[in-house]
This record gives sequence, structure tokens and C-alpha cells, in this order.
Amino acid sequence: MNTDDYKNVWIYAEQRAGKLSTVSYELLGAGRKLADDLGQQLVAILLGSNMRAAADELIAYGADKVYYMDSPALEKFADEPYARVLTDLVKEHKPAIVLAGATAIGRSFIPRVAAELRTGMTADCTGLDIDPEKKILLGTRPAYGGNIMATIICEEKRPQMATVRHKVMKPLEKDDSRKGEVMEKSIVESELTIRAKVVDIIKEMEDTCNIAEADIIVTGGRGVGCKENFALVHDLAAAIGGAVGASRAVVDAGWVPYSHQVGQTGKTVCPKIYFALGVSGAIQHLAGMQSSDVIIAVNNNPDAEIFKVATYGIVGNLNEVVPEMIKQLKNGA
Amino acid sequence: MNIVVFIKQVVATTNVKLDPETGTMIRDGVECILNPFDEYAVEEALRIKEKMGGKVTVVTMGPPQAKEIIRKTIGMGVDEGILISDRALAGSDTWATAYTLSQVLKKIGDYQLVITGKQAVDGDTAQVGPEVAACEGLPMIAWVRKIEEISETSIRAERLMEDGYDVLESPLPALISVVKEINEPRLESLRGKMKAKKYEPKVWGVADMPGFDVAQVGLKGSPTKVFKTFTPKRQYKGEMIAGDAAQAAATLVGKIKEMNIV
Repeated sequence: MNTDDYKNVWIYAEQRAGKLSTVSYELLGAGRKLADDLGQQLVAILLGSNMRAAADELIAYGADKVYYMDSPALEKFADEPYARVLTDLVKEHKPAIVLAGATAIGRSFIPRVAAELRTGMTADCTGLDIDPEKKILLGTRPAYGGNIMATIICEEKRPQMATVRHKVMKPLEKDDSRKGEVMEKSIVESELTIRAKVVDIIKEMEDTCNIAEADIIVTGGRGVGCKENFALVHDLAAAIGGAVGASRAVVDAGWVPYSHQVGQTGKTVCPKIYFALGVSGAIQHLAGMQSSDVIIAVNNNPDAEIFKVATYGIVGNLNEVVPEMIKQLKNGA
Repeated sequence: MNIVVFIKQVVATTNVKLDPETGTMIRDGVECILNPFDEYAVEEALRIKEKMGGKVTVVTMGPPQAKEIIRKTIGMGVDEGILISDRALAGSDTWATAYTLSQVLKKIGDYQLVITGKQAVDGDTAQVGPEVAACEGLPMIAWVRKIEEISETSIRAERLMEDGYDVLESPLPALISVVKEINEPRLESLRGKMKAKKYEPKVWGVADMPGFDVAQVGLKGSPTKVFKTFTPKRQYKGEMIAGDAAQAAATLVGKIKEMNIV
């Protein structure tokens, strides 16, 4: 393989229900920097149906070019058709780097593309750089629950593929005057094999309640005491406009559904503000939230591990402190 | 219904430390466990078998001591365990691992369902499952939180997404990866433990798999390499807020408002 034949940085612009996911904008921000470092183009790949306007949006947020593949078969995410279309595009245009979000969608089908291309792939990167000498991608990622950071390279195969943790990379400012090229292509449904088919989509959470997307998360742990008392966590979340998170103990006890679980066996989150209420701070929990911008911990145990990662900590009784916080927040509004 | 479950032995993550001199992981005296997500995979396979009959086979790739996790699953009720162990496989990345496991599936031949845990908690990549599906040309449903229906020829399952779940239908054979929500894994039974104690898993090397291409595996066959590892530097400048509940809450809310996020 002549790696010099492979040029440009691609990002997979994720969409769900015809709406671009926030990680798509973050990928444009990260990809723009890599493309500029290499002196190459930033290209966005959009797979969907009736989404031509979103293609222009991708240009305004930093792409030089968009390949928009339109088909009713690409409206809903299914591994086989998505992998087929992206694999074929890569074979045709030979990008040096392909990035996607480390989301339920990206982590499902991007490895399939990597395997079909028989190339290397790095999952869930929190840092992306170009090696100044070799001009290769350095993908840095946490492993072992965040205890170890590893920088992974793929020197001899192309493209270099990676998924990128959402909320870590910063999007660019929107600039409607940016110029770019949109290459649109229709794909005939009958040309795609789709065995595992989506037959229903159940949306359980609005974006504001979805901990993966939320800017503010209020998480309750075992220290909340009991299921009834968990209302406090909901109340603070409502007062501050945040989503509700939960520690593993709380989910295992059945106080809150699994979709709210933060941590190694739940979701990895990176909000602007993370409230840990009665969360002791087990290492598996820290793995899922320690890259949050601001961490606020309230716990009655001054020795709780959570205080070691907290930006602000209050040692005290939740039942007293949280209602006061809610009152103060409402007063100021 | 014959089901293959891929399992992995991992170090308990609370015990991971890097040697500050060499930057490599300290493995001496570190406790090894069955990857927690794989317990859900094994449990789900056993439940399907109990309903439909057939056989559950677990497969793991690793050093000889990985037999321990096979024995654990035998204790839970698994029928057969295969350890893939060969020096040629040392240093394999996710692609090389997936290639190897796909060759294992070819040799097993008669299976309708492959189940993996969502990810292994050591590397946390979640890549091997989808890569095996690609190598074997299997349809896949990732992040399965519930199997709604299953027959000898098809499956209907719920895929956990960030904002809810999708329901998918697929013909079999297929590969699914499961999340914690799917079940509550059973403990090993006393009888199972007795059986497991005496159980000797099959051990396959690369030579046991016809057509195995050694150039695809090990450090040499792996497209990715670890460039460096390091312990993350945490620079938390934590501030403890004192005072009674009302005072502390007032100070904190003041600081939150200064952030201009709320």
C-alpha cells in the first residue's frame, strides 16, 4: 500500500431522525485542525434521506467538501448499508484519515468499515494530533477505565480511522460565508443489502434529558438514601436545566433506569457542569465523568473519593444542601 | 440453537498501574476476572438455550491462565469452552483478534447466534464484535438491551441508543453485543462448580484452524500499534466550600452563575 496515495481528512457527519448530531460539529472542529496541519481538505460524509440543507450546514461549520449520499435506505441507521456506502466511498476517494463520533452509531458501524478495508482503528479518542515528522495521526485514548492513556498509531495502512469521544472537541463558529462543494449522489435501495433492519425507533428522552448530549448533568448516588428521595436529584436537574444521571449502585437498586447510568458500565459523559450528589466516587464512576469541565460534589463523607476530582465540594447533608441550592437558583432567576 | 459467546479475561480495573520507569503495565499479583459485560452475554446465551435447546460454546483468546474464566462459565451452565492460545497471536490488535475469532467461527461452523459483551473493560474499544461480523459477513445488532423474540432463523432485539432504543429484526446467523440492562447474570451453581473444577477446555492454536493466515495476526499483522502509554495527569484545583447548608449553597450558586452556563 502506498500511503502517499491517501489524502484528506474525512469526518462522518452523524444524523439521527434527519437531524445532525452535535458530535458532527465537534468532528468538523477537530478535523479542520488536522486538515490544516496536513495542508489537506476537510471532507464531511453525510448519509441520509432528504437532508440536502444539512450538507450546507456542514460547510458553514468547516468542511471544504461534502459527499451527501441520499437514499430512503439510509434514513435510519443500520450497520450493513452504512458500512457498505462508506467503505465504497473510501475505496473510491482514498482519504488519509476517517473520523466519526464514539457514539452508539459510530462505535457500531465504523469498526465494520475498518475491518472491511482491513485497516487500523482507534476507539473513543480524547486527543487527536498529527505527528509533525511522519504526518501520521496520533490518536490518544483512555483505557482501563481511564487509569491509563494510550496513544495509538496506524503507520502502514490507510485510511487511519478513529472514533472520537463526544463533547471533548470544540466546534467552530458557524460561518455562512464559507464556500464549499456538495457532491450529492442518490443510492438505489435495491443495491444495498440490509439484513438487520430497523423496524421501530423509540425515543425515550428529549435531547435535554439525554445525558450523552446534556451540558449539565445532576447525578445521584447511593448517598441519596432511597428511591423516594431521588426526587431531590430530579428537582435540582429541573431547576438548573440539566439531565439526570445515576451511579451504578442506584441503577442496580432500581431507583433509576439504566439509560441514566454514568460510568464504565454505563455512559461516558463530558458536560460543562457535573453534579455528584451522594456519589462516593468509585473509580468506575470517575472513568465515566472525570473529563467534565466543572465537577461539583456534595457528600456527607469528607473522605469520599469524589472530592479528589471535584472542582467544588460541599461536605454536608444532601437533604439540607440541595433544597437550599434549588431555592437560591430560583431566587436568582 | 447453537450459540457462541466470546469472552475475555481482564484485569480488575481498580488495580491497574503503570511502571513509572518502563511505562508498561504492572501485571504481577494483579487480580484477573471475567470481563463483566461478558457475564451478561453468557447469561443471555444460557437463557436462550433453556428456552430453545442447543448448545452454548464460549471462546476466549489468551494465555493458558484464561482457562479460569472458561471454568467460571462452565459453572454457570455453559456446555463447552475453547481457549485460543498461540505465541503467534501475541500483540494482536482488534483487527487481528477479530480475524482470529472469525477463523474460530469458520471451524465451529454450526452456529446460529454469536454473542459478545458490549466491550471489554480493559481496552474499552468495543471493536472486536463489529469487526468479527465484518470478517464473517454476519448481520449485527449492537448494544442489545432486550431480545424481544428469537427463533431458529430470526431475532428481534432492542438496540440501546443515546436517546432511547431502536428495534431491529435480523435473520440468523447474526452477531449481537449486549449491554448490562439485558439481564441479571446467575451465580455458578454448586453442581456447576464441581463440574468446572474438573473441566479441561479445548485448546486451539493457529495450526488447528485450516486456512489460518498467520500474516494477519500478532504484532506484525496488526495495523495499529501503541505509540506510547502514560498515566493521565489530573490537575484538579478543588475548592471545598464551608459553612452551613444555606451559606454553602449560596456560595456555590454564586460560582455557578459566574460560569454563565446556566
